[in-house]
Amino acid sequence: MSDNYQPTSAVGRWFNDRLPLLNLIYGHLLPYPTPKNLNYWWTFGGILTFCLLTQIITGLVLAMHYVADADQAFASVEHIMRDVNYGWLLRYIHANGASLFFMAVYIHMARSLFYGSYKEPRELIWIIGVFIFLLMIATAFMGYVLPWGQMSFWGATVITNLFSAIPVVGESVTNWLWGGYAVGSPLLTRFFTLHYLMPFLIFALVILHVWALHVPGNNNPEGINVVQGSQDTVPFHPHYVVKDLFALVVFMIIFAGFVFFVPNILGHSDNYIQANPLQTPEHIVPEWYFLPFYAILRSVPDKLGGVILMVSAIAILAFLPWLDTSKVRSAKYRPLYRQFVWLFFADVILLGYLGAQTADGLYLIIGRIATIYYFVHFIVIMPLLGFIEKTKPLPKSLSEPVLSKEEREMKAGATVSA
Amino acid sequence: MSEKKVTRRNFLYVTTGAFTAAGAASIAWPFIDQMNPDASVKALASTEIDLRPIVPGQSITVLWRGKPVFVRRRTQEEIDEAQMVALTDLPDPQDDSERAINPEWLVMVGICTHLGCIPLGQKGDYNGWFCPCHGSHYDTSGRIRKGPAPTNLEIPEYVFLNDNTIKIG
Repeated sequence: MSDNYQPTSAVGRWFNDRLPLLNLIYGHLLPYPTPKNLNYWWTFGGILTFCLLTQIITGLVLAMHYVADADQAFASVEHIMRDVNYGWLLRYIHANGASLFFMAVYIHMARSLFYGSYKEPRELIWIIGVFIFLLMIATAFMGYVLPWGQMSFWGATVITNLFSAIPVVGESVTNWLWGGYAVGSPLLTRFFTLHYLMPFLIFALVILHVWALHVPGNNNPEGINVVQGSQDTVPFHPHYVVKDLFALVVFMIIFAGFVFFVPNILGHSDNYIQANPLQTPEHIVPEWYFLPFYAILRSVPDKLGGVILMVSAIAILAFLPWLDTSKVRSAKYRPLYRQFVWLFFADVILLGYLGAQTADGLYLIIGRIATIYYFVHFIVIMPLLGFIEKTKPLPKSLSEPVLSKEEREMKAGATVSA
Repeated sequence: MSEKKVTRRNFLYVTTGAFTAAGAASIAWPFIDQMNPDASVKALASTEIDLRPIVPGQSITVLWRGKPVFVRRRTQEEIDEAQMVALTDLPDPQDDSERAINPEWLVMVGICTHLGCIPLGQKGDYNGWFCPCHGSHYDTSGRIRKGPAPTNLEIPEYVFLNDNTIKIG
């Protein structure tokens, strides 16, 4: 596919003979055979790449003005907002960009769950994705600490205290993380360093993610194997380049809507109050994208148990390719899974809602049920469905479902006219 | 000569390209402009100086926009020396009257116009300033006389608020 590429210019050929970089780009972006029926849920890979680059570029620029010191951090963020040319814009892009990044990644993951993209032979793509998600969580959390507002400080306190749940060494571990006996300047400085580093690690994993993807090629809404280069594929360029760009433009419009009209709607007003180690805000909540996991943490009436369950909720995703015993990928051909997967999405959204409520009374009870269901979905339902579900017959090719429909219509038309 | 027909597709290509370029440029600008001096820096852009403590033959150096500014109360000898020089002897000809609002007070940015070092006062072959980095000699009006510097020491914008106070910037 990529071996026979020859740049047209003499300079291009000179370069490519010595370093076949153009070959690589050409092979992966231009004629790369892609299933012809990918719908808009498949555009989120491109959108996520855009999100990552936006965060890296705006972050780089913000780091030119930010000061990672407990006494100056809050003021330096205000300095960015008020004094730095376009500082408000850059910070709002970065802050809302984090939220939109998570919105896109959740849709991307949901698409994978729905169409069974995590299954053989794409397990490793999925697992790399889970690691990317983990790094995103760590990066976003550390980034939220940097403005050193009340939510930053108390969020950092609560999350770092999770490590104190570790038996025996818990206290030493938290003191090591803090570089002291409480959250303070040393923690802020190291969080800044790590927050700067991690996006580049994510970038490296994204390269592996795409590399691993381009070995078997994309999954597709039918979930059937597609022979690369057959009638069922089209070249990535221009078909999906244009489709991805169109989806990206729509995404950017939504992004701009947040940045220019409601830049603080996804944040918490308490974070505009400088960190005060002597007073906890009345109601601490994490950023919206952590709420489902926060709800799981709080639903367990045991310190260590809560932490273990919250970590498991993410870790279990990595085992999904083996927990799912069904041979059929797409939920389109799995009548039972199709209902359970929507139930699971509803359960996660419910957990997200509960994570923002106070942890008592009815909320706590529902939270516990929703938490149990989250794990039941993975540990009981997914393995069982493979054995009890009667799946629909799979089409032989991507053309078949479309053509047979046309044929049916033609037949129906023929009957009417006769 | 074959005539090329402008198709609807050509038009769409060009307009899409033009809009993309305009969009990219307007997105790029905030990322470039954020490195320019910000509002807090601009707020410090003027400095007022009380001249009363300075006696003839004495200089002070003040900080203006992060740069040193020499304020020298020149002696009569220095003024005469500065005014007597023939303009043809100067690499960057400028009359002393253009460089000092009041001949007694010389106010100039204390940065060598060669590569940015701070010249030493009352040194050099012309009894003015001498830059130790690469050997530029300035006279009692801060004009370049010898050495690699291309121009005279810069005169900042300043006004006399009254007889004893100047405002730079």
